[in-house]
Amino acid sequence: MNSNTLARSLFIPIILFLVIAFLIGPFLIIVAASFSAGDTLAFPPQGFSLRWIAKVFTVESFRASFGMSLFLAIGGTAAALVLGIPASYALSRYKLPGAEVIRTVVSAPIIVPGIIVGLALLRYIVVPFQVGITLALFLAHTALVLPYAVRVVSASLDNLRSDIEEAAVLLGSSRTGAFFRVVMPNIRGGILSAFILGFVTSFNQVPVSLFLSGPGVRTLPVDMIAYMEIVFDPSVAALSALLAFLSIGIVFAAERFLGFSRYV
Amino acid sequence: MSDASYLSLQKLTLAYGDTVAVPDLDLDIAKGELIALLGPSGCGKTTTMRAVAGLLPVKSGHVRLDGADITHVSPNKRAVGLVFQSYALFPHLSVYENVAFGLKLKGLRGAELDKKVRSGLTSVGLSTFADRKPAELSGGQQQRVALARSMVMEPKVLLLDEPLSNLDARLRLEMRTELQRVQKETGVTMIFVTHDQAEALALADRIVVMKAGKIEQIGSPEDIYNRPVSSFVADFVGFENIFPLENGRLRTASGLEELSSQPPSAAGLAWRPRMVSLGTGPFRGTVRGTSFAGDSREYLLDTPLGAIKAEVEASAPAHPLGAELAFDLPAHKAAPLSTFS
Ligand SMILES: Nc1ncnc2c1ncn2[C@@H]1O[C@H](COP(=O)(O)OP(=O)(O)OP(=O)(O)O)[C@@H](O)[C@H]1O
Ligand SMILES: [Mg+2]
Repeated sequence: MNSNTLARSLFIPIILFLVIAFLIGPFLIIVAASFSAGDTLAFPPQGFSLRWIAKVFTVESFRASFGMSLFLAIGGTAAALVLGIPASYALSRYKLPGAEVIRTVVSAPIIVPGIIVGLALLRYIVVPFQVGITLALFLAHTALVLPYAVRVVSASLDNLRSDIEEAAVLLGSSRTGAFFRVVMPNIRGGILSAFILGFVTSFNQVPVSLFLSGPGVRTLPVDMIAYMEIVFDPSVAALSALLAFLSIGIVFAAERFLGFSRYV
Repeated sequence: MSDASYLSLQKLTLAYGDTVAVPDLDLDIAKGELIALLGPSGCGKTTTMRAVAGLLPVKSGHVRLDGADITHVSPNKRAVGLVFQSYALFPHLSVYENVAFGLKLKGLRGAELDKKVRSGLTSVGLSTFADRKPAELSGGQQQRVALARSMVMEPKVLLLDEPLSNLDARLRLEMRTELQRVQKETGVTMIFVTHDQAEALALADRIVVMKAGKIEQIGSPEDIYNRPVSSFVADFVGFENIFPLENGRLRTASGLEELSSQPPSAAGLAWRPRMVSLGTGPFRGTVRGTSFAGDSREYLLDTPLGAIKAEVEASAPAHPLGAELAFDLPAHKAAPLSTFS
């Protein structure tokens, strides 16, 4: 093998390595930093201890904002599904005039930068209508998750033949009954996938929440930013690492049990 | 309600938006009859079935069943069963649960439910498959589950939309007998859609031939096979040589031709290939093609009348391609057609 072909045969693996390093590197650094024994966020970590990981659980504001994030992720995603499942159903089963336009509008929050969505919500909904912070955050997260819910649920509805509903009706079920008896059970996987995707999206959401957070009411990522502005210890790294593992765990479980990636 | 009109379609008009698919259909079906709905693709067979089942709203006209007007009764209250061409089994339910689905909605529970489901599965020979999911069955087995699922509901009318079209030839024959047996055993009124004339002839008590949303002919299999009323039906049931009649003469490619004997008065005449006498007669043709079918042999002749298909016993001496043969179209054997299109 001459040097030219050697270079060529190494080219792809090297690129691949760089890409993976770029994607995973920061995560590894954070994980390493969270085990540091030092007092400031630094890499390479100084010594080894679990004290920053332990500290995460003692910071009062983290607990409150974690609760808020959890509430928004679960509640917002659930609300998005309650809206999104019937919407997807209507879009896939009825030839609605302007169905394509509706699909595009529903997906808008994916395309429009979060900062703009946040600002728009603040300027045109929250301020003029005097909406409370928690409610504002809840509405924002519902709107953000809705596109994912519609997209994932639509995908599984499109894979489901519609004649089974007619069959159910001819066997004595009402139209609504047919939806719950034969449509819902067959798109359960898609709904669960949408829930997980929505949960992770909402939980990691920063820009919109940043605009809408107010005194005492913050989501966890926003709280972490605020914390870092004052304290520069490795507890934020520890918290990030914990959250990352949580996300990975959820996605891995979803892939394992539901074939999650089929729907996304 | 007379016995002859257990199911009655009266001036039924069905449309998709502004496009009328079936205009003014009238059809009376007796209790316990097995009707075949025969016709080319797009002639409105599925449309009609869906309207009888209540899945397609009726534009005008009436559907009456067992003495009641069900035109506006919702499909879940009609006691009409439909076996879909695609089977439409519920993928998340086992075979057993699929068959139990409608019975449960009727309020059946426990031993009574179990007994009905089991006997339904037994009647289609699937009792050992109760725990399988539809995806784990062959096409023919899925078909039978769909049949059992509708049959256990004891519908007043069972509609089958091309129930056998997805099966291979052998299974199709098997299911054909099966359908007939189930129908005779239960006495259920049945309409099945097909575009296979052999299937219709073999199964049905009466055949309804449809063309472009209209009924072209209704009759017994013998009627349809031997006495088609129109060139369309004749063509559909295998009369290959069809000519219009003008003042007692055939209108052919080369003009009006005199027949060897006096024809009946009709709009047209049709001959099956084996009704053509080969070897003698006033006409001459050249052999253009020949095909051997076991106990018979078919010739395609190039003639001044146009292309003629003739069938003879395979034991008769074979004629080579290019051979010139005399033939006759005997008027007394022809099916007289009252309409020609
Ligand atoms: N959903 C629909 N929207 C508009 N037109 C339709 C629709 N379904 C059927 N048609 C039209 O109605 C006519 C009858 O269709 P239908 O499906 O009843 O035919 P068919 O006899 O069942 O044909 P095939 O043997 O191919 O199943 C056709 O011209 C068809 O194009
Ligand atoms: Mg059809």
